[in-house]
Amino acid sequence: MTNLELQKMANEVRKGIVTAVHSAKAGHPGGSLSAADIYTYLYFEEMNIDPKNPNKDDRDRFVLSKGHTAPGLYSTLANRGYFPVEDLKTLRKLGSYLQGHPCVHIPGVDMSSGSLGQGISAAVGMALGAKVQGKDNRVYCLVGDGEAEEGQVWEAAMFAGHRKLDNLCIILDYNGLQIDGKLEEVCSAEPFADKFKAFRFHVIEINAHDFDEIRAAFKEARETKCQPTVIIAHSVKGKGVSFMENNCGWHGKAPNDEEYAVAMADLEKVGEALCQK
Amino acid sequence: MSEVVKIATRESYGNALKELGAEFPNLVVLDADLAAATKTGVFKKAYPDRFFDCGIAECNMMGIAAGLATTGLIPFASSFAMFAAGRAYEQVRNSIGYPHLNVKIGATHAGITVGEDGATHQCNEDLALMRTIPGMVVMCPSDDVEAKAAVRAAIEYEGPVYIRFGRAAVPVINDRPDYKFEMGKGVLLKEGKDVTIVATGICVDSALQAAEMLKADGIDAEVINIHTIKPLDEDIIVKSATKTGKVVTVEEHSVIGGLGSAVCDALCAKHPVPVKKLGMQDIFGESGSASALVEKYHLDGKGVYADIKDFLK
Repeated sequence: MTNLELQKMANEVRKGIVTAVHSAKAGHPGGSLSAADIYTYLYFEEMNIDPKNPNKDDRDRFVLSKGHTAPGLYSTLANRGYFPVEDLKTLRKLGSYLQGHPCVHIPGVDMSSGSLGQGISAAVGMALGAKVQGKDNRVYCLVGDGEAEEGQVWEAAMFAGHRKLDNLCIILDYNGLQIDGKLEEVCSAEPFADKFKAFRFHVIEINAHDFDEIRAAFKEARETKCQPTVIIAHSVKGKGVSFMENNCGWHGKAPNDEEYAVAMADLEKVGEALCQK
Repeated sequence: MSEVVKIATRESYGNALKELGAEFPNLVVLDADLAAATKTGVFKKAYPDRFFDCGIAECNMMGIAAGLATTGLIPFASSFAMFAAGRAYEQVRNSIGYPHLNVKIGATHAGITVGEDGATHQCNEDLALMRTIPGMVVMCPSDDVEAKAAVRAAIEYEGPVYIRFGRAAVPVINDRPDYKFEMGKGVLLKEGKDVTIVATGICVDSALQAAEMLKADGIDAEVINIHTIKPLDEDIIVKSATKTGKVVTVEEHSVIGGLGSAVCDALCAKHPVPVKKLGMQDIFGESGSASALVEKYHLDGKGVYADIKDFLK
């Protein structure tokens, strides 16, 4: 896909996120929106996957370690054709398969996750499993910057670096905000780059909303041998919705009807501008 | 009389893994820097490429085991019960139990027979913790024969399994030609009519000894070995309780949440009778030799006998 096509799709993914969370009257829009471009690139460009055969053996795997941003993953999966976009409105509702946090029963979801720090370990296990069995698939895992305060994240990083798992690519969504405020004010795990380097990772830093940089980073990760890669993706929490951007109050809150209308208008405007290009 | 053969069930675990490694090429083993103690080192020596030491990071090990299972491998994740079931409880629940992955947890050094290391390492709560996870199979074999059979049963079953092994050498009591292991089935070891003794793990031998001593007092005890705490063989327990009207449970574990609680759950619903729960009475253990601790906490044959006599007064 061209960058313009990816931008348009990411905008659709953002609409799905806002719609799902509005419908659920709960959920996590901020960190879903910050990672929307990464999700879009992974599922529409980077990963070897088949929505018609979600469990095909040689598929690349994705683990959403920051599982609370499930609306971002679900909207991407729906737009990619794993299940109807309309189903996003059932998010978090009783009887819906779209659980509040990712669960393996959802088409396209490779691992149940959401208790922070755990998804990355499973991703490391998937990468190890592929290596042991001589399989060529790659494993991608999205970790939150606040999530990196969990010690298990670094246990997993230690093992991945030690085992030289070059089929593993961690993406750190660095939006700088967590529930209680700015990372710097809560309990920052910075410096991220130095820490991952110390755990023997290849480190790439990018703007999480620039598809040229995203494309180049994933290519570089694929070409990196004998060590895992982390892409530190500097992002804007709430990206695309004016009143949610850089506002930690929108970490885990749903827009009311009026706010939803404003959010969708923001995204429609972005969409129209992209169509003019 | 021939000498009693004693083998620690952790030894049986390591030996079983090695033996079954040839038959099951997808079997892989993980440890957290305790391979010499958990005896997974026996497997490591035979299959170095299928053994992964995760270092002293048990929570991560459980997650890695989960990830490995999604790729079609059958991982055994091993550590001491304290760390496997205790420290990593939430990882076991959320990364293994919730997605119902085919991970086997081999937990050694369970209970007070850890001995000299003392209370920090004596896990008397693992059966309780693991029982609460939906879909988790929980096994607690009584000797070498049963431990090896449990490992095979775990491999042949698709889904998460927790198996508890001990540090101390214990008598081999199931070495007979007609021995058959069936996951989820209790074993009637001795028929009796006056009281039912339900035991698990190393306490099965104590229960048999106690039954012998009771016999001398004219008390005819029935002894049931429950090697699978979950799913529990409720039928064998209810049937026996219906006959004897009194039940004693014996376990090297807290009386809260383990075998005793599981038996009470079943009897409350199906056939309420008085139950005496023997085990660690809501207390921590302490340093000492395994045999001294077992004696102090009344988990040897003599202690079980004395407590049952008291119960029957």
